[in-house]
Amino acid sequence: MNIPNLSIASLKEKIENFSIKSLLFPLFGILAFVLLWQVGASRVHTSLGEFPGPAVVYEQWGGLVAEHSNERLKEEKFYERQEKRIEARQAKDPSYVGKLRAYTGKPTFFDQIFTSLYTVLAGFGLASLIAIPLGILIGLNSSVYSALNPVIQIFKPVSPLAWLPLVTMVVSASYVSDDPMFSKSFLTSMFTVTLCCMWPTLINTAVGVAAVEKDLLNVSKVLRLGWVTHVMKIVIPSAIPLMFTGLRLSLGIAWMVLIAAEMLAQNPGLGKFVWDEFQNGSSNSLGRIMVAVLMIGFIGFLLDRAMLTVQRFVSWDKTQVLR
Amino acid sequence: MSTTHLDISKVSIEFPTAKGFFKALDGVSLKIEKGEFVSLIGHSGCGKSTVLNIVAGLYDATEGGILLDGKEVKGPGPERAVVFQNHSLLPWLTSYQNVELAVKQVFKKTKSKKEMHDWIMHNLELVHMTHAADKRPDEISGGMKQRVGIARALAMEPSVLLMDEPFGALDALTRAHLQDSLMEIQKDLNNTVIMITHDVDEAVLLSDRIVMMTNGPEATIGEILKVDLDRPRDRLALANDPKYVDYRAQVLTFLYEKQRKVESA
Ligand SMILES: Nc1ncnc2c1ncn2[C@@H]1O[C@H](COP(=O)(O)OP(=O)(O)OP(=O)(O)O)[C@@H](O)[C@H]1O
Ligand SMILES: [Mg+2]
Repeated sequence: MNIPNLSIASLKEKIENFSIKSLLFPLFGILAFVLLWQVGASRVHTSLGEFPGPAVVYEQWGGLVAEHSNERLKEEKFYERQEKRIEARQAKDPSYVGKLRAYTGKPTFFDQIFTSLYTVLAGFGLASLIAIPLGILIGLNSSVYSALNPVIQIFKPVSPLAWLPLVTMVVSASYVSDDPMFSKSFLTSMFTVTLCCMWPTLINTAVGVAAVEKDLLNVSKVLRLGWVTHVMKIVIPSAIPLMFTGLRLSLGIAWMVLIAAEMLAQNPGLGKFVWDEFQNGSSNSLGRIMVAVLMIGFIGFLLDRAMLTVQRFVSWDKTQVLR
Repeated sequence: MSTTHLDISKVSIEFPTAKGFFKALDGVSLKIEKGEFVSLIGHSGCGKSTVLNIVAGLYDATEGGILLDGKEVKGPGPERAVVFQNHSLLPWLTSYQNVELAVKQVFKKTKSKKEMHDWIMHNLELVHMTHAADKRPDEISGGMKQRVGIARALAMEPSVLLMDEPFGALDALTRAHLQDSLMEIQKDLNNTVIMITHDVDEAVLLSDRIVMMTNGPEATIGEILKVDLDRPRDRLALANDPKYVDYRAQVLTFLYEKQRKVESA
């Protein structure tokens, strides 16, 4: 490899350019946004008071953090009390086997974040498990493609709100168990996410698989590679860049769909948090909702970055510009 | 009567197109001996690649067929290894792994792990590419990629090596270098080779016979020129050799007088 001949001066220039582009400009953008937000917010009046500006949101954030640690403390004490009670009874009657009752406090903001996160990952994971193999199959075989294409095209644009009632009814009817491993609300949210977010992965995988270079297919033929080797060594690697494009789109959709589904179905998660605050209608509500909005955005961003990191790691095409 | 090593027998092919059938080749017949180096030369679009693809088994002839050691060949196979014009290395594998894919496929039953490794390294050595064994195609130059492509084909131990303009995309110096390498390898391994080329000098320098094709459609073999020059051949010494100059002139005459391309290509 040739290292381009750089003088010290031009190297310095490069570094400066880099830090300006990667640090200063984004900082400037954020600052400008906060300023606009502050100015704009003070002009919007609602029945619940002024639209929350940055300062109010920061305050509410503090409140939510405090609420969370309070709740944790209460939980700890609750269990402590129970344990003491059980011990006391066991001292009197050694055969007594105590049973801890689970704490059922109100889920805090952070509990809701956690719920949303694992629901979205479960839904997205399930969608990928279905969409990738199916996409490969469709891409490999044009008959399967023609057969499934109309179905895909029809289901692709369906909104999560349309799926939700159906999924809810089906889950209620078919998932009956005395000691359920998953809650019904989790399953409903997860399946809705799966149904809505699998399409980009499915389609991009299929396109990637179908677009394997002809020369590489010829190599495979000349080598008489078996079907499995052909798929593993030729087809999947060449489809990986497009597959990841699909996966990233899917994860983005999954996150958006989940919030909507949680709001509509009143399933635990960030969506429910927003809805509850809206129904609550206290003077804090708008600020708290704004915190949730920013958090939703931030998590969405982190999810996408995580996917990008995985892509960088897995993809062979290091020349591809990933952003 | 001994059977010929490779017998291309009365091959014709028709491609279905929007405007009906297009007959690209008509009655192409050629017998090739073991260890012979044959080049195919002809104007662009005459059907050279098509001939090669039929021998490789990637296309099916509409009439006629291919006999290898007396047996008809159907479909592609590693005993007829192909070096493609655009190297066609798998971009996600290193040079070593690209060759390994071929070696594992061909020798998985007959060679041990260690033997396979040695064989891969041996073939990379043949094309002087051991230093870049762990580099991926996008990290090496065009000439190096072509070398790895040749190593991959040689590693299959093919009875026939098919090369479609293997050096077409390379600069003159790299090309000369690879031609010399190829002659050396050919001397040692005595492979049967069919090579497509656009380059008259390359054809004369490398070949035992030059097969000149007429223009399509319905292209066929126009003339065959036997190149009777001693090996090893040295490009500098040959440049002024009257026999060499004469062979060169004969090919040029065929291409630019007898088969002058009427329409501008
Ligand atoms: N799969 C195909 N379907 C239809 N026509 C084809 C197909 N492959 C080749 N042809 C036609 O057959 C003719 C010969 O093509 P071929 O690629 O063999 O030419 P060539 O001699 O290799 O040309 P070049 O030197 O430019 O590579 C061309 O007219 C081409 O359009
Ligand atoms: Mg060609």
